[in-house]
Amino acid sequence: MSVATKLILKGGRVVDPATGTDGMFDVLIEDGVIRRVAKDLPVDGAEVYEVPRGAIVAPGLIDIHVHLREPGQEHKETVASGTASAVAGGFTAVACMPNTNPVNDHAGITQFILKKAAEAQLARVYPIGAVSLGQKGDQLAELGEQKAAGCVAFTDDGYPVATALLMRRALEYAGMLGVPIIDHCEDPSLKGDGVAHEGYTASALGLRGIPGVAESLMVERDVSLAELTGAHVHIAHMSARQSIRAVRAGKERGVRVTCEVAPHHFTLTDEALEGPVQYDTNLKMNPPLREAADRDAMLEGIVDGTVDVIATDHAPHHADEKMVEFDRAPFGIVGLETAVPLVFDRLVHTGKIPLSRMVALLATNPARAMNLPGGTLAEGSVADLTVLAPDMPVTISAQALRSKSKNTPFDGWTFRGGVAATIVAGRIVYRA
Amino acid sequence: MTTMPDDRPPADLTGPAPVTLRSRHLLGIAGLDADEIQLILDTAEAMKEIGTRSVKKVPTLRGRTVVNLFFEPSTRTRTSFEVAEKRLSADTLSIATATSSVTKGESLLDTVRNIEAMAPDMIVMRHASSGAPHLLARMCRSTIVNAGDGMHEHPTQALLDAFTIREHKKRLAGLKIAIVGDLLHSRVLRSNLLLLNTMGAEVWACGPATLIPSGLARLGARITTSLDEAVEEADVVMMLRIQQERMHGHFFPSVREYFTLFGLTRERLRRAKDDVIVMHPGPMNRGVEIDSEVADGAHSVILEQVSNGVAIRMAVLYLLAGRDNGGSEG
Repeated sequence: MSVATKLILKGGRVVDPATGTDGMFDVLIEDGVIRRVAKDLPVDGAEVYEVPRGAIVAPGLIDIHVHLREPGQEHKETVASGTASAVAGGFTAVACMPNTNPVNDHAGITQFILKKAAEAQLARVYPIGAVSLGQKGDQLAELGEQKAAGCVAFTDDGYPVATALLMRRALEYAGMLGVPIIDHCEDPSLKGDGVAHEGYTASALGLRGIPGVAESLMVERDVSLAELTGAHVHIAHMSARQSIRAVRAGKERGVRVTCEVAPHHFTLTDEALEGPVQYDTNLKMNPPLREAADRDAMLEGIVDGTVDVIATDHAPHHADEKMVEFDRAPFGIVGLETAVPLVFDRLVHTGKIPLSRMVALLATNPARAMNLPGGTLAEGSVADLTVLAPDMPVTISAQALRSKSKNTPFDGWTFRGGVAATIVAGRIVYRA
Repeated sequence: MTTMPDDRPPADLTGPAPVTLRSRHLLGIAGLDADEIQLILDTAEAMKEIGTRSVKKVPTLRGRTVVNLFFEPSTRTRTSFEVAEKRLSADTLSIATATSSVTKGESLLDTVRNIEAMAPDMIVMRHASSGAPHLLARMCRSTIVNAGDGMHEHPTQALLDAFTIREHKKRLAGLKIAIVGDLLHSRVLRSNLLLLNTMGAEVWACGPATLIPSGLARLGARITTSLDEAVEEADVVMMLRIQQERMHGHFFPSVREYFTLFGLTRERLRRAKDDVIVMHPGPMNRGVEIDSEVADGAHSVILEQVSNGVAIRMAVLYLLAGRDNGGSEG
């Protein structure tokens, strides 16, 4: 990435949980690295970025659950459009899921994705490799080679790691390499051909249900296997209250388990399916929107620390693919450009979490969970920063999204809180 | 115009309906209030009379085009709509999946937009996906009539059921109505629950625990797994079709055991009121959910339901057509 030699951010409130910083400081960046965080730094020929009044300078936000769709589904998203969406949403780095076509189960595909990311020069991209060849649940992919090529974690996302035995071996093997296994937790037999949360709303609308325990059963399995192996398991997109309980219990007994929640799962419930637009396929995702008790459990887990990371599960789909019968539509919504407004509006401004916890959930903890550079403004770290504007009014317009796909349920919604600027390796890549 | 005496409808059926429904579509019973349900049932009485004439035809929908778009196999409902449309003098066209381009991978919206390019007035649709008619109502120009969507609703079935019950009981409010069978997958159950609750009946839902949808009580049913409890002092017993393939989803062990626990026999029907009526939306599985003796017995109104289906569908088409201006006949 090209690097501005010197950039100075003047006059912002710096919030960095990793170093325990919260105060008015200038930040000096040189050669893509944070040199100093201190008061009244001399400009000394540096390019100056005046931090807007009331804005927050945070370590660059990192979304560890993104589908960039390249290679194979470039009509939905590309590495270039996905990273443009990322930086517009305040994310300086994304980790991308392996369910591309072909599946990212070989070093060549990881290298291809990294090449595309280098060409785009926007957000950093950290590929996540498949656990099993073709995500078929049979044979372990070459995790060692994949790690050497740049993979930061492994998952069969879209599917759970198929069997307890494969999960056990994957955890042992990835543990040896020092990287986590991420699991999309879902018991396939209980999920069946379900398309919505099993409960009153699905029954009223005649939609096939997926019970919360379809998720938590698999979370229980994974927590037990992480305990057995001593390896690190990361639970993707938690949605069921039973899953929060399972992770909390695992953490209490010292299991190396971390987990993430997506903004739509702490914001919406399945009642949204009843209208104003009935059967809106932009409300169809997997795991599904669940009932209020589940949504509240996500909020509780975010507040009490059970939830480590907020990740979007950014899942772009073309409008034509979504403009079909509900049960035929693909699962997923885009999330990169709506995450910060949702976190501000629903978590920070409601008093549920302080700003420092927001930064921890979106930057510090994602970096730690996936062993990534960044996530801190410590002197000497990579100069990835996000300037957050807590009071910026943001009205989401699906058509105006940078993502190639517009499948968001938040079109037309207004939130308080947004992104003023995104800086990657000392270069301003996005300004509101 | 010159007409045979029987070709002349009652004065109030010649043009657009004077009182109509609030929505221009019939997507479900959800969205209809008690007055609208009443209006449809009352209108169906006038329509039923037309079916008793020697010339069973009125010019009400002359010049209107109705497309019956059936993406799921159906004999009874499709035929019933066709007869209703013909009795109202509409130009009708029926498309079934096997002969449509759906099998060529065309999307539902593209299929319907192509049909719309030929300017139909109404589309009657049966589809295996819940909410499919709601998608059309949002994206298309035509008036949409839901002839059954997935596990969601089958509004004209619930209306013809209510019409049949009303003919026998003179009321709906206060009746004990037991609905028995595959509750989980049944659109007939959902539409009937909505309608019967709106009209003040007491609905009992009975089936094996594996086939009871989550949240059913909140949908307005008293739930039991005991057929005897459901039938006890019932005014109406409505049996739902049980698909034998359901055995493969572990819903019940065998047809034999299902019939033992949930099959309606003359013996079990004795617990109901003396003047109980037995209903079934069809198609029936004799010896699975209902014994032939009951299906063909004195309490059965199953064939009346079929006759009444035509009158209800005429009423619905007439009332919906009345919402558009045009098409009125002199």
